[in-house]
Amino acid sequence: MAAVANTAAAGRKSFLRRNAVWWIALVLVMLLPQVAHSGTSIAVLNQMCIMVIFALSYNMLLGQGGMLSFGHAVYFGLGGYFAMHLIQLANAAHFFMPLPLTPLAGGLAGLMFGLIFGSFSTNRAGTVFAMISLGIGEMIASSSLIFTKFSGGEEGLTADRTDLTPFFGVNFGRDYQVYYLIAAWMILSAWLMYRFSRTPLGRMANAVRDNPERAEFVGYSQKRVRLLSFMAAGFFAGIAGGLFALNYEIVTDETVNLTTSGVVLLEAYIGGVGFFAGPIVGAVVYTLLQTLLSNYTEIWAFYVGLIFVATVMYAPAGLTGLIMMHQPIWRAGRLRSLALPYLQIGVPALCCAIGVIGLLELLHFISVRAVGKSTKHLFWTTIDVGHPTAWVVFALLAVGGFLAARRLAPRLAAAWGAATVDIHARGER
Amino acid sequence: MLELTVFSLLNGLVYGLLLFMLSAGLTLIFSMMGVLNFAHAGLYMLGAYFAYSISTKVGFWPGLVVAPVLVGVVGALIERYGLRNVHRYGHVAELIFTFGIAFLIEETVQLVWGKQTMDYHGPAMLDFPLFALWGIEFPAYKAFMLAISIGIFIALLVVLTRTRVGLIIQAAISHPNQVAMLGHNVPLVFTGVFGFGSALAGLAGVIAGPELGTSPGMASVLGSIVFVVIVVGGLGSLWGAFLASLLIGMLQTFAVAVDYSLNDLFAAIGIPPDKTGALSDLYSATLAQIGPILPYLLMVVILIFRPTGLLGKREV
Repeated sequence: MAAVANTAAAGRKSFLRRNAVWWIALVLVMLLPQVAHSGTSIAVLNQMCIMVIFALSYNMLLGQGGMLSFGHAVYFGLGGYFAMHLIQLANAAHFFMPLPLTPLAGGLAGLMFGLIFGSFSTNRAGTVFAMISLGIGEMIASSSLIFTKFSGGEEGLTADRTDLTPFFGVNFGRDYQVYYLIAAWMILSAWLMYRFSRTPLGRMANAVRDNPERAEFVGYSQKRVRLLSFMAAGFFAGIAGGLFALNYEIVTDETVNLTTSGVVLLEAYIGGVGFFAGPIVGAVVYTLLQTLLSNYTEIWAFYVGLIFVATVMYAPAGLTGLIMMHQPIWRAGRLRSLALPYLQIGVPALCCAIGVIGLLELLHFISVRAVGKSTKHLFWTTIDVGHPTAWVVFALLAVGGFLAARRLAPRLAAAWGAATVDIHARGER
Repeated sequence: MLELTVFSLLNGLVYGLLLFMLSAGLTLIFSMMGVLNFAHAGLYMLGAYFAYSISTKVGFWPGLVVAPVLVGVVGALIERYGLRNVHRYGHVAELIFTFGIAFLIEETVQLVWGKQTMDYHGPAMLDFPLFALWGIEFPAYKAFMLAISIGIFIALLVVLTRTRVGLIIQAAISHPNQVAMLGHNVPLVFTGVFGFGSALAGLAGVIAGPELGTSPGMASVLGSIVFVVIVVGGLGSLWGAFLASLLIGMLQTFAVAVDYSLNDLFAAIGIPPDKTGALSDLYSATLAQIGPILPYLLMVVILIFRPTGLLGKREV
């Protein structure tokens, strides 16, 4: 993010240098499958890239436009349906349709529905907008089960992407081929969304978010600015939906429903809506939690919920915000002075986390266990649930860790104050 | 046709008054704190689960009292230690916070009770048909639900308009600073109202659990509908919530019973039905099928043309 901001500030450099971050990102993304080349990790990467586009498009609304949407999955899902219809149509009618371009159909569908629904929902921001988006989300989610000719009902739509005419000899039968396609779309979409946020329109979206009245006095219609941002967000959500369709080769009503809308809100917020890179971080972290954590625990979604609520309460700027807080200290070369306090508070915090996780896992275990089963494998040991020892140990860890961390918190605060004191005095941010 | 109308009316009344119990607390909380509480339906679900756990130990009746109290305590804690801290980040953060709490409650329920539907049922003494009309029985338990909801409605009305506490609450809604000047603890009133509203939602869950099923999905079924109710009725208006609850209740029960589609309309005016075209799904969808969409359609239309709702005074 820091580097992204720098490139924007750098002004007139060559095209190559100005977009250095993007070239580096492109190279990294293209090299990733060399490191993580198993089938599962490619699948995770595919999902991650799709969610990155989706979360970035969501942040065009929430972060940049100040529109809290509870129904952004509508444009994602409809994009998926339309891309799927295009693939099915091309398969049935045997016309030439290059697979890499099918997400564009999803994007156009998202744009179109963004125009339709945005035309009456962007009059106001705030709660009115949030409630209308909720209503539209529920309507489309229910409709997707009623109008089965379009959506395939509960079974959804399926198609085989390899039935399309190969594109320069590539038929996208292998998962890494799809990965390169999705990753290319991700970089392109992210770059476009970033450029969008730097256009006068993107800047006006920020102005309308912060003070609609003043934006009107400058001569901009707040409604039109919101509508254009909304359509752009719909377009990129549709592209993500189209990529979803060709990656999984199935689109069901789950893609349009409120759960998906909620997930994208979670991702954007955990990552940090105030930064362009926030939703990227959020989508990556969420996908990792969803795919890796679910290997170890059934209640991974509970932990995600805990992280989400903790973010809202204690770090409203999100994970990216937490990282960016350290930037001025790092620039002043004082990050080292925080290492010890962090370590001091980190140990009891870790104890507390282990205690809480242990208690939750045990609680979950006794509620869903099979009859007669009384041992659980947790933290590389086998625990007898019937015996109180484990419960007591975890409870002690949780409470003790919490109390110790709270005692040590002032020290961290003091170290933080010492590290930042003359940074603020010098007026640097 | 008559029996259909009568039973749809009765069922609509039961469902509508249940919605009112949820929306009354929600609309009070909104008018006081300006927060649309997404966790409200989660608290309703929590009520059902608490009551289920209590009913397995000591029976239905103690659960009817204890579970709402527990949910009220949970609600008060959420307000005191969560919402109040988030308040300084603004309304959007508050909304997102309650959204997170709703998510967390749903996951907690699955963590503690599992994903399956609980075997929670009403008391045996209410397990008989109260009366039968045209051979259709009306269960006593539904009448009991009706009685509780009406009782709550009257009690709420009396407390809010006829008692000192009610006066303080009403005053705190419109003029919180002056009420604080007069020496009342306004934050405590907020916590109290939030807790009380949660307890009402919990009570709704206790009595709805046996009828609508106690499963982790029960919150999301009603979660959005209660927003429809308070938006349509007018945010902050108790009478509006009451009217809208009945309206939505009736709308949904009557829609289920009506099997007409656009094709029937076309047939009536002499246009042959379209059975194969791209839009044939739209023409052949019966009112019963699109019933779930109607409340949301109503909400969107209301928000566009009359953001104050039916009886509300302020915009959303």
